[in-house]
Amino acid sequence: MQKHLLLGVEAVGQGAIDGGMSGVYAYPGTPSTEITEYIQDNELAIERKLHSKWSANEKTAYETALGMSYAGKRTMACMKHVGLNVAADAFINSAITGVNGGFVLTVADDPSMHSSQNEQDSRYYAKFAMIPVLEPSNQQEAYDMAREGFALSEEAGVPVMLRITTRLAHSRAGVAMKPVLDENQLSMPQDSKQFVLLPAIARRRYKSLLEKQAAFVKLSEESVYNQYIDGDEKSLGIICCGITYNYLMENYQDEACPYPVLKVSQYPLPEKQLRKLEAECDEILVLEEGYPLVEEDLKGYFANGTQIKGRLDGSLPRDGELNPDLVGKALGKEIYQGIPVPPVVANRPPALCQGCGHQDAYEAMNEVLADYGKGRVFSDIGCYTLGALPPYETINSCVDMGASITMAKGAADAGLVPAVAVIGDSTFAHSGITGLLDAVNEKSNITVVISDNESVSMTGGQDSSAQGKIESICEGLGVDPAHIRVIVPLKKNHAELVKLFREELEYDGVSVIIPRRECIQRASRRKRNQSRHANH
Amino acid sequence: MKSNIILAGVGGQGILSIAAALGTAALENNLHIKQAETHGMSQRGGAVVSHMRISDKPIASDLIQMGTADLILSVEPMEALRYLPFLSERGYLVTNTTPFINIPNYPEYEKVMEEIHRLPRFVAIDADGIAKEAGNARASNMVMLGAASPFIDIDFSKLEDGIREVFARKGEQIVEVNLKAIRAGRQFAQENK
Ligand SMILES: Cc1ncc(C[n+]2csc(CCOP(=O)(O)OP(=O)(O)O)c2C)c(N)n1
Ligand code: SF4
Repeated sequence: MQKHLLLGVEAVGQGAIDGGMSGVYAYPGTPSTEITEYIQDNELAIERKLHSKWSANEKTAYETALGMSYAGKRTMACMKHVGLNVAADAFINSAITGVNGGFVLTVADDPSMHSSQNEQDSRYYAKFAMIPVLEPSNQQEAYDMAREGFALSEEAGVPVMLRITTRLAHSRAGVAMKPVLDENQLSMPQDSKQFVLLPAIARRRYKSLLEKQAAFVKLSEESVYNQYIDGDEKSLGIICCGITYNYLMENYQDEACPYPVLKVSQYPLPEKQLRKLEAECDEILVLEEGYPLVEEDLKGYFANGTQIKGRLDGSLPRDGELNPDLVGKALGKEIYQGIPVPPVVANRPPALCQGCGHQDAYEAMNEVLADYGKGRVFSDIGCYTLGALPPYETINSCVDMGASITMAKGAADAGLVPAVAVIGDSTFAHSGITGLLDAVNEKSNITVVISDNESVSMTGGQDSSAQGKIESICEGLGVDPAHIRVIVPLKKNHAELVKLFREELEYDGVSVIIPRRECIQRASRRKRNQSRHANH
Repeated sequence: MKSNIILAGVGGQGILSIAAALGTAALENNLHIKQAETHGMSQRGGAVVSHMRISDKPIASDLIQMGTADLILSVEPMEALRYLPFLSERGYLVTNTTPFINIPNYPEYEKVMEEIHRLPRFVAIDADGIAKEAGNARASNMVMLGAASPFIDIDFSKLEDGIREVFARKGEQIVEVNLKAIRAGRQFAQENK
């Protein structure tokens, strides 16, 4: 069969389209972004008019997907791991409402924090919500699981989580495609009260979710994605979750793995196979990407106290991404160290592009803030976060999307005035608006800098949902129009920028400064695309 | 056959165009491929790396084990050194000699080159210069692929086909420049390995 070379994320996108999905709802976030981008560019998806426009944030994405499921159609929500924190309220409750059309939530975790603030493990969320999880070990499984996840969700009656990690998301391999399924017809939920979580109904729905748990275990025990692979050497049994199966196999390239292996790619854990592994093996080694979820679960699980090895007992590092070498070490293999990195090699952290508008804003802010003293700039997540590093070192915080305005307000409440917030246009739309409303309502003495590059740049230049609306949003929230100031951040405007910052910092109340210039990367991409289209 | 290749560079230098040409060629040869890329934050001028694995047998891990890379192919000299722990005892390092200096503490250039020349098997090539001679400075990545080609177990003609396919969209002239670049890179490596 002809195989297509696809990134893991692209395999998920293709699988969703082929699985009869009617719409994807997402907010960008590495390493999940390309799923939606793939669907946006896919011919069949365009022909079928599948929904693929970006949502304002993960919560709106998740809820909109739930609405599509209510109406009987198959749907996917995509986000990075921390995005699920934003969507958590909807997510947990959707396990209780259950679904009508199949609902797959794809969450991309980022162990080792290649592009994230933390390395939280989304499987805990799924356990919390008590829903099944699919965790592919390779790109083919990513495709298959996305395609078949909708049917699983419809069978289970709840959303299903498809959990991927950076390594699978951003690695390419050959994927064989399967027939394209039809979309579902529009249909109402059978029970008209299913989605009404008033206490009396919620209690009933919750009981039904609890009752389903045994069925979910059975689904896992019978799942093609969970395999028990026998081995003669019973001193050790190995549980491999998701991609770690490959790291194990990499250590046995020219020989068969001597130990019995339980490959887990569907949760809840398949109890039957687990008991078999425990009955046959002296010790158990758990390989899992992320937190030691399975390892924790198994501690004390077996009556005879079988020793469980993994991230908690030091066999594997407690944090960070796994790889074939770390797994080899846990298996007691000799690891060749290679040539050490020579000391002359310097770190090369990411930095703002030369000519980026955020730079001009920071140049001016640094000049003005020198008079007020350091430590009063609360920022947010986006390219401008790189302003925490030399040469600018302008900003003093980056916690979660939207936390700039609210933390500035809190600090101002505490007496740190004036306090400054720096937030991007997309982050403002994502979760800055409500914080600004709080500040306006209390006339807080804060200066909010919405550094508007007309793009969601950190994740590759997607469309920002506040584009063209920022001033009117601020006005609508009640910011005094005299203190909503727009300026073009360019070197030649430095003096004007400085003057403007100074004026607004002196103003006792909420002011909003909007340095606005298109991200230069996005601009050059736009021009390239235009000339390409012009040539054809 | 089996090739473990570390592709290294700086975000924005376009190492993924090398991976695309290689991957296309490998696919044409019905080989198995796994290729892990760096997306996200580091693309903003940070260090980026791609693990590329090509084999006639199924490949398990997306990541290459320490000390098992047959080739480090770097479009920047200091970045070439960052991944030395991956190089196998018989592996080759092929690097561009033009530094990409976007950090204040970039080491002395001579010291970087000294470390490269200390290796038993390497090719150091002025890919930017050779690309200019071939007609387009932007073809330097294909010069690099050419310089690495003697150490990759794929028919050179298939690599040329890969380039044709990857650049077809951009027109015949761009294809020709890139073909010239890969051939020039290959010739240099064969004469200087
Ligand atoms: C909850 C959450 N969702 C998504 C992300 C991923 N993310 C980081 S920065 C960013 C975009 C920021 O865009 P903007 O605020 O416009 O700043 P820019 O990068 O354009 O400067 C996104 C989507 C995240 N870190 N957290
Ligand atoms: S991608 Fe755009 S916003 Fe980000 S640093 Fe570069 S120019 Fe600035």
